[in-house]
Amino acid sequence: MTDRAPASHDQPTFRLSMLIYDKRYRSLTFQVIVLILVMSLVWWLINNTLTNLANLGKDINFRFLFTRAGYDIPQQLIPYNNDDTHLRAAIIGLLNTLLVSFLGCIAATIIGVAAGVLRLSKNWLFARLMTVYVEIFRNIPLLLWILIIFAVLTEITPTPRAYRGEDGLDMVFGVIAPTNRYTAIPAIVAEHSPGVLQIGRLAIPWLSIIFIGLLIAAVLIRRWLLARAQRIQEETGRRPTTWWITLALFVVPPVALWFLFGLYLEVPELTGFNFSGGINLDNAFVALWLALSLYTGAFIAEIVRAGILAVNKGQTEAAYALGLRPNRTMNLVILPQALRVIVPPLISQYLNLTKNSSLAIAVGYMDLRGTLGGTTANQTGRELESILLMMLIYLAISLTISGVMNIYNNRVRLKER
Amino acid sequence: MKTFVFFGAAATAATLASAGFGAEGDTLAEVKARDELNCGVNPGLVGFASPDANGNWTGFDISLCKAVAAAVLGDSSKVRYVPLTGQTRFTGLSSGEVDLLARNSTWTFSRDTDLTLDFAGINYYDGQGFMVPRELGVSSAKELDGATICIQTGTTTELNLADYFSANNMSYQPVNIESNAEGEQQYMAGACDAYTTDASGLAATRAAFANPQDHVILPEIISKEPLGPVVRHGDNNWGDIVRWTLYALIAAEEYGVTSANIEELSKSSENPEVQRLLGITGDLGAMIGLDNEWAKRAIMAGGNYGEIFAATIGEQTPIGLARGLNAQWTQGGLMYAMPFR
Repeated sequence: MTDRAPASHDQPTFRLSMLIYDKRYRSLTFQVIVLILVMSLVWWLINNTLTNLANLGKDINFRFLFTRAGYDIPQQLIPYNNDDTHLRAAIIGLLNTLLVSFLGCIAATIIGVAAGVLRLSKNWLFARLMTVYVEIFRNIPLLLWILIIFAVLTEITPTPRAYRGEDGLDMVFGVIAPTNRYTAIPAIVAEHSPGVLQIGRLAIPWLSIIFIGLLIAAVLIRRWLLARAQRIQEETGRRPTTWWITLALFVVPPVALWFLFGLYLEVPELTGFNFSGGINLDNAFVALWLALSLYTGAFIAEIVRAGILAVNKGQTEAAYALGLRPNRTMNLVILPQALRVIVPPLISQYLNLTKNSSLAIAVGYMDLRGTLGGTTANQTGRELESILLMMLIYLAISLTISGVMNIYNNRVRLKER
Repeated sequence: MKTFVFFGAAATAATLASAGFGAEGDTLAEVKARDELNCGVNPGLVGFASPDANGNWTGFDISLCKAVAAAVLGDSSKVRYVPLTGQTRFTGLSSGEVDLLARNSTWTFSRDTDLTLDFAGINYYDGQGFMVPRELGVSSAKELDGATICIQTGTTTELNLADYFSANNMSYQPVNIESNAEGEQQYMAGACDAYTTDASGLAATRAAFANPQDHVILPEIISKEPLGPVVRHGDNNWGDIVRWTLYALIAAEEYGVTSANIEELSKSSENPEVQRLLGITGDLGAMIGLDNEWAKRAIMAGGNYGEIFAATIGEQTPIGLARGLNAQWTQGGLMYAMPFR
């Protein structure tokens, strides 16, 4: 160390103190130190966990997933009963999580975009109302919103048996019955049903498959129509009218189905303790969905507002100068440019909404947290395994959402050529 | 992905870091050093465990906490009550948050083995029942087909309910709730047609209603629910202390030792078993690491088993439970303390 004889003229000898005092090595030194510290912390934690589990006489074991669950779940998207495994119960919970998150993201986007645009409106009343909405929802914790909406749904609405008898309550429009457990709504059923597609225990009505197929076809045809209209406009300067074809695309198939299969509304009917026929929308689900949508919608409104404000005012003025109406200016000029600002924070909001759906525990909605992380973990005593699995699943969902939205972001972002 | 698994494990490990400490160590020494017993109790079930307006916990399960504290620490007030829900109780116990769980927990095979817990005995023989509003006009659980039923998640009652309905070919709609208080609120709001839990819990819940007579407890008892105090598996001496404190209370009733006559009996009793129980002869206390008057203090804390029963949940209280299965074996019940010798 004290030997000062240089090995060469331009390369001074390496000394240990250079690790700290030499700029070239310093950053590396600190990174190595931090890495070692972090790794030892992780090692300590894992080791501690394993030691403690061993002391408790427990092991890490995922076999409990394949044993009988034994409990029932209120809302099931695929068939399930208490003889099924904990794994299937977890999947039921996962599907419930995905359902409420997916519908929540859609509703939050619609609410958010509308509120964001309206908040910038010149209409004083609309703008102020939206400000009030955004500020109220943004500044009160989500859990409270879920509880408030759930309390309103259960405390204000009547019990199902209030609809019984001659002097019972009337259903809304004669078909909808809000109760303190669920809202009973009519279902669409076919007189001449084309049957169901049986995949294992899952039965999907052919009618829904046909309907969804027609819907997708309609969307694709509309897309092609618009592209064609655009091409013709560019070639000849005249845009062919497309609105009636679009309208027909979305109206004709349902009407055709209506006649072909003899569709009718099955009105829910009070039999015994509860309504049957029709669909019972659980209050827990509705409360969670509404609260998540309204809460996240408020944040999305702010993102949309920021995005619009980020577009130079000159763009609007230029669009007006070309004779575009405000409506088309917003749709064709402002929003497309605002999207590149809006989409990245929007991804975060979708992720937040999905993760926040685990607050379902407050209203007893059986999502992934309620099944795998709640009853299963509790009945089997496998908390560690359940929590690890839940973390992995939520991580996978979040990364998927993030990935898909990033693809979309790449498509709408400013392209520099 | 791999790193995240690591951090996942790390975060969970952090919560478990304190776990081993309690499990590994000597609970008796810890309780003595702390000079306080941590007792896991129901967050609110009138008669069994509930805090009054001043925050003082009272009830049947609370009396057991007090008896153990009196036996171990010499003072029945040296207890910290930790309210635990159906979902958190066993985690709370195995993580060392509480030394003893006195909370209407059913003794089952998997809890005893897989959850690595030990049940120290039975302080209440119970069974699962149903409560419905009288205006519903239901007189038997067999008429509950299609009903909406409030059920506490993570309990044995949840599993029994599913079994009972499928065995009887009936369907039901569960409403999952977290605690008895939430169940009571949902049931009163009419969000469920029936509420199911242990029959004693139903009686206690009903007693807290403004109009108890408007609610019927159906005659069907659909399961065995032996309730008792729980300790961690592995610390056998601590398990012995809790087990024999409970037996001391039960034996005291059998031998007619009450909080009123205990001082007198400890001087004059001719019964050798009573003499051993009260520490006049023999060396029973030393065998479990306590002094010889441990059982005497436990009985003085709230009386013998029968006195506790009568004061908290018996027929003279609003809960109004008959002794039934919980009478002494000499009276045709199942309460049977192992011999003190």
